Amino acid sequence: MAKEITVNLISGRTIQQGVAIEGGKEKPLYRTACGIIEMDNEDLKKLGAWKSTNVRVTSDHGSVIVKAIEATQGPHPGVAFIPMGPWANSVVDPNTYSTGMPTFKGTPVKIEVAINEPILLGIELVQKQCGVKVG
Amino acid sequence: MTKTVTDVICPFCGTLCDDLEVVVSDDGKQLLEVYNACVIGTEKFLHSQAKDRVTRPRLRQADGTWKEISYDEAADYTAQMLAKAKKPLMYGWSSTNCEAQSVGNEIAEISRACCDNTAAVCHGTTLIAVQDIGLPTCTLGEVKNRADRVIFWGCNPAHAHPRHMSRYSIFPRGFFTGKGQMSRKLIVIDPRVTDTAKMADVHLQIEQGKDYELLNALRVALKGEWLPDVVAGIPKEKIREAADMMKSGRFGIIFFGMGVTQSIGKNHNIDEAIAVTKDLNEYTKFSIMPMRGHYNVTGSGEVFAWQFGFPYSVDLTRGFARYNPGDTSSIDLLNRGEVDAMFTIGSDPGAHFPISAVKHIANVPSVCIDPHLTPTSGVSKLHVPVAFNGVETGGNCYRMDNVPIDCRKVVEPPAGMLTDEQFLVMVRDRLKKLKGAA
Repeated sequence: MAKEITVNLISGRTIQQGVAIEGGKEKPLYRTACGIIEMDNEDLKKLGAWKSTNVRVTSDHGSVIVKAIEATQGPHPGVAFIPMGPWANSVVDPNTYSTGMPTFKGTPVKIEVAINEPILLGIELVQKQCGVKVG
Repeated sequence: MTKTVTDVICPFCGTLCDDLEVVVSDDGKQLLEVYNACVIGTEKFLHSQAKDRVTRPRLRQADGTWKEISYDEAADYTAQMLAKAKKPLMYGWSSTNCEAQSVGNEIAEISRACCDNTAAVCHGTTLIAVQDIGLPTCTLGEVKNRADRVIFWGCNPAHAHPRHMSRYSIFPRGFFTGKGQMSRKLIVIDPRVTDTAKMADVHLQIEQGKDYELLNALRVALKGEWLPDVVAGIPKEKIREAADMMKSGRFGIIFFGMGVTQSIGKNHNIDEAIAVTKDLNEYTKFSIMPMRGHYNVTGSGEVFAWQFGFPYSVDLTRGFARYNPGDTSSIDLLNRGEVDAMFTIGSDPGAHFPISAVKHIANVPSVCIDPHLTPTSGVSKLHVPVAFNGVETGGNCYRMDNVPIDCRKVVEPPAGMLTDEQFLVMVRDRLKKLKGAA
C-alpha cells in the first residue's frame, strides 16, 4: 500500500459538470460534479484508498483537495480525470508553449489520501487561493 | 393559460439546437417548461427563473461585502476603469450575441485593449492550425445527409454536446444515410473509454498526449507504408483497420475536441489532423470540423475577424490590431502580469483559467458581466448581472460549422435588468466622452 502515487492528470467536460455550471457555481452541486478525481480501480488499490475518499492532488503548479471516485469512463490505468473547473485548474500546467493554450491535459500529479481535509466550494476555493477578502 | 414558443435556439453549446419548445406564462414573464433540450440546455433555461438570482450590479467594498449600485454607476465605474488602464484585457464574449460583441469591439478600440475570447482555452490552437494549412470542412447538414464515416478525435459529445449525435452525426436518417446509425461507421480516439467510445465500431485507446504520433501513423497506413508494431499504444493492425475503414467510406468527417487542442503538440496536432483529411481526399470525400464549446464562440471569432482581421488574441494597445498567440493571448498576458484591468463578459475565466492567471485577475481592477454567480464574479471588484442571452434576449450566433442562426427571446428578464448590449452601449458612450473620441 503506497502512501502516494503519481498519475497523469487530464481534465474535460462531463454532463454533470455542464448541468452544475448552468445550475449555479455557488451551489454544492458544482462541488459534487467537479470537486472529484476519477481514478482507475487499479490506481485506487495502489494508493490504498477507498472509493469516495478525500485526497490531496499536487503538481508542480499547485495543490487541491478533491474526492477520489472510481472511473466512470474507464478503465484508464495511470490516467486520472478531474472535470474542468477550479479544482482541476488549481493543479494544471499553465504553460502555453507560445500557443496561448495552457496544457490542461497531461499534467503529472501526486495523489495522497487526505481523509480529514475538506473539499471547498468552487467560488470559495478560487477566492481562498487568490486571497480575496469576503464579507 | 400558458403559451408554447416553438423553434427556440438552445444557448448552451456549439450545436445550437434549433428545435426546442418552451412553455411560458401568458404574460411572457415566467418560463415554465422546456422540451427537446438536453439536460444541460434545460437547466440553462430553467436557471434563469431562479428566485435567488442577482438582478442589480454590485460593487465590492473594502471589507469584502457587496454594495448594490445602479447600472448607471456600474457603467461609470467600467468606463473609468478602461479609460485609466494602459493595457486592459477584455475577455470572454462566447456566451453573448454578435451584436454585443460588435459594441465590445468598439470599446476595445477606444480603450486600446487586448481582446480575446474563450478560444484561448478551447480551440485557439485550432485557429492557428487553420491559418497554417487551411480547413477542408462542411456544414452539419452535410454530415447528417452524407457522412457514412464519423471520427470523434479527443472529444466526448455524449457529455459535452449531448444532442450532436442524435441531430447530426450518428443517429439521424439523412438523404444518403437513410438507415441512420446503420449507415455509419464510428471511430473514436480517446485515452479513456468514454461514453462516446462505448458506441464506436473502433475505439483506439490512445496513450494520452500521443495524438501527433497516431495521426502521423494513420497517414502512413493510408499510403500502405511500413509501420512500427505499436504507435501511441495502438497495435499497427488496429491502425490499419481504422485507416481502411476511413478510406472505404463515401463521405467522412473528423470531429475533434480538447483532447487534441489542449494536449502537448497543440496546434501541430491539428495540423496533422487536417493533413490526414487532405490525404483521405485522394481516396474519398472527407471533411474536418472542430467541436466548438460555447454556443457563440464561433461568432466571437467571426466578429473579431471581420472587425480586426484576427479571430482571437487581438492586441489593440498600439492603436492597430496585432495578433501573436503566446504574446497577446490572455493566459500569457495574465501570467506575465502585464494586464492592469480585467473586463470579463459571457465567460468564466475564474473557473477555467489555471489558478496562476486567476490570481492576477484578483489583483487588478476588474468588472465581470455575467448573469450567474461565478468564481470570476467572486474575485472581481464589480459584478454586473445581465439578461440571459438566448432566453431573455435574442441576437445572432454562429453554430460550430459557421452557420449564423438568430436566437430567440422567450421570456422577459426580471424588471429593470439590462442586456449585455444595452450595458455595453452605456459603457461605450461614457468612454467616448472620457477619451474625447468622436
